[in-house]
Order: sequence, then structure tokens, then C-alpha cells
Amino acid sequence: MTEYFHSVRLDFEKCKGCTNCIKRCPMEAIRVHEGKATIMQERCIDCGECIRACPNHAKISVTDTLDILNDYKYRIALPAPSFFAQFKEVENVECVLHALLNIGFDDVFEVALAAEVVGFLIHQYIKDNKIKKPVFSSACPAVLRLMQIKYPDLLEQVAPVLTPMEVAARMAKEDAMKKTGLSYEDIGAFFISPCPAKVTEMRNPMNTKHSAVNGVIGVSLIYKDIIKQILAIKSKKNEDYEKLHKATGLGMAWGYVTGESKNVDMGKALAVSGIHNVISLLEEIERGELKDVDFFELQACTGGCVGGPLNIHNLFVGRVRLRELIKKCGIQAPYYTDKQLIDLYKRAHFEATEPIKPKTIMHLDEDMSQAILKLEQVDKIASELPGLDCGACGSPNCRALAEDIVRGVAFETDCVIKLREKVKTLAEEILDLARIVPPSMGDSSKKIEEK
Amino acid sequence: MLNNSFRFTPHITLEFKIEEKDFFIASESASRIKKTLQQLGIKQDIIKRTAIIIYEAAMNVAIHAIHGALKVYVDPEVISVVTEDVGPGIENVELAMKEGYSTAPQEIREMGFGAGMGLPNIKQCSDELVIDTKIGEGTTLKAKIYLNKNHE
Repeated sequence: MTEYFHSVRLDFEKCKGCTNCIKRCPMEAIRVHEGKATIMQERCIDCGECIRACPNHAKISVTDTLDILNDYKYRIALPAPSFFAQFKEVENVECVLHALLNIGFDDVFEVALAAEVVGFLIHQYIKDNKIKKPVFSSACPAVLRLMQIKYPDLLEQVAPVLTPMEVAARMAKEDAMKKTGLSYEDIGAFFISPCPAKVTEMRNPMNTKHSAVNGVIGVSLIYKDIIKQILAIKSKKNEDYEKLHKATGLGMAWGYVTGESKNVDMGKALAVSGIHNVISLLEEIERGELKDVDFFELQACTGGCVGGPLNIHNLFVGRVRLRELIKKCGIQAPYYTDKQLIDLYKRAHFEATEPIKPKTIMHLDEDMSQAILKLEQVDKIASELPGLDCGACGSPNCRALAEDIVRGVAFETDCVIKLREKVKTLAEEILDLARIVPPSMGDSSKKIEEK
Repeated sequence: MLNNSFRFTPHITLEFKIEEKDFFIASESASRIKKTLQQLGIKQDIIKRTAIIIYEAAMNVAIHAIHGALKVYVDPEVISVVTEDVGPGIENVELAMKEGYSTAPQEIREMGFGAGMGLPNIKQCSDELVIDTKIGEGTTLKAKIYLNKNHE
């Protein structure tokens, strides 16, 4: 496994070299060179903004495919809460769960159910003052990766709890081992994901050594098959199905931003979605403001997971459907009793085992004196650039181009305006030269005048 | 020794103008300088302290003064943050250093600023703090953060 695995990648053939993505990337991680975009691996946080921005669908999220199911004897699907909001024809969650079984899974475990456990655990952590306040949600991996790079001193305030996806995989496998007698290795858990960052999170988890998830499958990959199965199930109305649906509205609500805050239900919570909004909020928090908030729920996608780039439907449509489903699930009694939950909390069963480490990648040079000199160069170059921030050079703005020049990966003449100036000067010089004629061909009338 | 005093120290100076009631410049300059310090590879806790000083000091100018300027100087040893303003001056500096003491007008407090935490915060975050003020003329604030020193 390489140090920088990323789910978000470029479809080389489809990329037309336009500059839409470079402007939208919150990390200034994309450059367009020689007509194709490249993602700077160390900066990418897999937020998926470029997937949304690309008009040519050249930014893609690489996820696992259903083939991976063949590697395991017992396969469990872990559908995200927002998954259920992708179907028009669905009146109940049960139908979708059975459709998952029909396409090749042996069992299902709702991530919403694990989310309820995570919500309870975070609630207890805050209640028992086990973490420095304000506490940050650990659920959105893109936000955590953003914090690693830009807000590292806030990392110690991230809730030391595994993500609902991770908890779901562990609970599902435990249940399956009891149920089937199979060993841990024979059981595969597969997250049905609206999110590219979850793919990356499974490969290189941040707060645990090894992920219990064996594969992350993008919603769009199985969508058609699921629809077919749903229609088939609905046509056979009279059949009795085993009850699979266990999550309540509280867990389902995690699919939309504010859902987690409601579930954690501890003190004053602030929920923000959309990576650019998250960044401006983190700036404020880092300056020491918003001290009266106990819990921050930050989500990279606008609207939360329901707005995930791998989901099928518009986030607002998804939100309405999710709301209806939440209402329906709200009637259901919680699957885990308070006693069971307290027991999980005491056993620290789903606690993070690894600290989330800061990543220092923004500096211009290891040596500070050198970095200062380079920064001076950047300032000088930037002040001479036109300041249009047009992006035609392939860097997201003039300042970023200046940085790229100093880093040695770009040239001043990459700037079209600069190039034009240079051509103009050159043309003028050529014209001046053209006007100089050999003495033997000089204008004789001038000479007479002079006399 | 003579040689030494002429030794060139690489440094960087950043400047911002602050107009009366310009509440955005404080957060903007704090974010900009934060990015600069990250590019220099400065330690995160120092960046955080500097950002707080810049924000609070610039905010003070925006709230109380007529106009002013913010200057930030960085070299491998020290960061210094200076705000100079033309304004009313601080009547009682000792009192202004107390948490919760504020002379900000009511409308500013309604906006959520002027809670009387500015100067105490700046003091807490800086290694050295000098405030020079003349009533009816203006205030100069100089805060220093040493890069290789432990901050209590």
C-alpha cells in the first residue's frame, strides 16, 4: 500500500484540460499541465469537490466492485443511512435491505444502527468530560484529513470513537461469527458508500490500526441492480420476509447534517456542512472563538452524507425522502438497550486506538531561513503577476502560480498575460531592428536637411 | 562582533491597513498570516497564538480607533505583531488588561464583539507585550512571540 492512496482520481481520457476543478479544490491540490489535470497526492483529502465541479466527468471515485464478494464465505452489506434516500419507490427500509440480500449479500447491518451506538458513546464522553471541549465529530474522514493538514492543533479534540462505518463492520462481524460459526477472516463486511473519502479511510484508517471493513462499494455501482430487486420484491407482496430493519430514526438521521448532533444530544451543538463552510468555521474556532459550543458536527458535503458525490439523487430530494423515512423509523423501539450501550462504553470497545497525526506538507522548505527567502520570492513574483486569478496557467490563482514557480514546477511564462507582454516586447524589438537600415541604404534627403 | 551585527537575517514583513469598523480585516489578515506561517513551517501552537494576537489586536483597532495599520514581522527567531492607530487611546491600560473589562459601545457588543477579552487574550498569547498609548491621539501595541522559547 502506498503512503498516499486516494479514491478520487482522474479519468485521463475524459479530461479536457479545462480549469473548473482547480478553482473549486479547497486544498489547491490540482494543477492542469499539458492539457490534463493532476492531483497532488499529498494534499488531496478526497472531499470530492472536483467530482462535482468537472463538466466532463473526468474526476472519478475508485471504489471496490462486487467481485470482491467472492473472496469471503459470508458477506455482509453495510448500507449508509443516506442510501435509503436514493429510491423513489421505497416506502420502507426493509425492502432495500432485502434487495441487498438478493444481489449477493448473505446479511445486512445498517450503519444507522452503529451510528446510534457512536452517538451514545460521544454523548457519554462529553458528559464524563473525557475530551477537551469543544469536541469534534470523527465521522467525516474528509474533514479529519483537512484538519490534519490545516488545523492540526484541533485534532486532539476529535471524539476518540470509531466511525459508524467501522463500528458497523465490527458489530456485524461479531454477530455473524456467533450466527454462522465461521472465523473472522471468512466474513467480509462491505460499506455501501456515498463517499470517496470512506474508500480512502478503509485503506488508510486514521484512528485505528486496521479497518474491519473489507470493501467499499459505491452506491452508483449497484444502484440499477437494487432497483430491479426492489421492483421484484414489491411485485410479490404476500411473501413473508424476515425482519432485518433495526435502526431507529435517530440513526437514520445521520444521513443528513444535524442528525449526528441530535443523536449525540449533549450541550450546545453546531452542525456545518460543505467543505468551504467547514473551512471558514474552523478558522474561527482556531482563533479561539465559539467557546460556548460543546460539539461540532462538520461534514465535507453540503447537506451531509446525503449530498455525497457517489449518491444518485439531488441532495434536497434525498433529504425529503430521508426525512420521511426517519419519521417512519422513529416509531421503532431502539434495538440496543441503555444497559448494553453503557456496557459498550465501559469496555471502550469502539474507542479509537491511534491518535490522528498532523501532516506538515504546506511548508516551502525544511529550513526556516530558506523558507523565508522562498516566501519573499513568492511575494515578489505574485506582485508582478496580473492578479486575474484566471487559472489559464494551470494553477488555481496567481499566488499559487508564484508558489509553483518557486517550487520549481512552473514558469513565469505559463501566465498568458505575462507571455503576451513578453511577445509584445519581443515584437517591438524586432520592429525596431527592422527599421534600422544599412548605412549604404540611408535616406539621402535627411542628410541634406541636416546640413 | 561588527561582522555579526551586519549579518543578514532573512525576514518577512506583512502589512494591512485597518479602517474604522472594518470587522472583516481582522479575520482576513489572521487567516492570511496563518497560511504564511504554515508555509514557513512554523510550529502549530505558535501559529495559533500569533493568529489570536493578530485577530484581537486588529479587532481592537477596528472597534475603537479611527484608522490604523497592522504589521507582522517574522524571522527565524521571533514573530512581532504591531498595531498602530489614530484613535482615542486607552485611558487605563491596567484596567483594560482585566478580563471582561470593555469600553466598546453597546452596538458593537450587540454584534458579538467587545467582550473585554481582547487584551487579556493578547497578553496570554504573547511572550512580550508593550502598549504605548496617548489619550486623544492613538495607541501602539507591540507583541512578540519567540520561536525557540517555551511559552508558559
